[in-house]
Amino acid sequence: MSTEAQFVSDEAHSAPVAVPATKSMSIIVTKGSLDWAYPPFILASTAAAMGLPVTMFFTFYGLPLLLKKLDLQLTAAGNPAMKMPMMGAHMGLPNILTALPGVDAACSKMMKNLMNKKGVAPIEDLREMCLDADVRMIACQMTLDLFEYSLDDMIEGPELGGAATYIECATQSDINLFI
Amino acid sequence: MADHTLDAKGLNCPLPILKARKALKDVAAGETLEILSTDPGSVADFQAFCRQTGNELLESSTDESVFRFLIKRPAA
Repeated sequence: MSTEAQFVSDEAHSAPVAVPATKSMSIIVTKGSLDWAYPPFILASTAAAMGLPVTMFFTFYGLPLLLKKLDLQLTAAGNPAMKMPMMGAHMGLPNILTALPGVDAACSKMMKNLMNKKGVAPIEDLREMCLDADVRMIACQMTLDLFEYSLDDMIEGPELGGAATYIECATQSDINLFI
Repeated sequence: MADHTLDAKGLNCPLPILKARKALKDVAAGETLEILSTDPGSVADFQAFCRQTGNELLESSTDESVFRFLIKRPAA
């Protein structure tokens, strides 16, 4: 990695701020629910937009985020912090109610409506922007075998790899995240 | 007057930044891009974006609930 720094004038603070020429980032993506899919794709697309080379390693429940057709769901079970704004207040669900049939589907639908209303991008769009920005995506071979997925079910772009592939990438990255 | 304008009103984080990055591809060196946003988080984000990418944030202002940013691509 180059440690060369360039000086960029900063209007807000008036003093020049030194920023390294190029940093790079990797993210291990391990969760595939609607809510947990956001942080990795938001950070990867933004980092790529800021000029960082980015690698995403999709493993375990993160792997299905590479499927062509996404139908992401979330659950309120075991998530006391999940409270939706409703009629001026915030409403959560007691755990016992989250087990009822249809509750997860209803929560997921509510969340998607809310996101749409607030101008939050659908995961499909963020994923597309990551690919457009040349974010490198690695699909975990072991997870593919374990859960019996095929690369044919996945979008075009990801390559196959394992732990060593990721570790090699991580040793060359300045920022390594596990989400 | 800006050379290019991007209307990112109604979009939430990180879309204003992602759209700006895309729009900057069509902005020649030395030209400016004006971005309109309604995301209050974009005020801090465009400062960080410009510091990191070497673009110059010429202006950052607010008119009612619309934030306006003027970004200049560095001369080649």
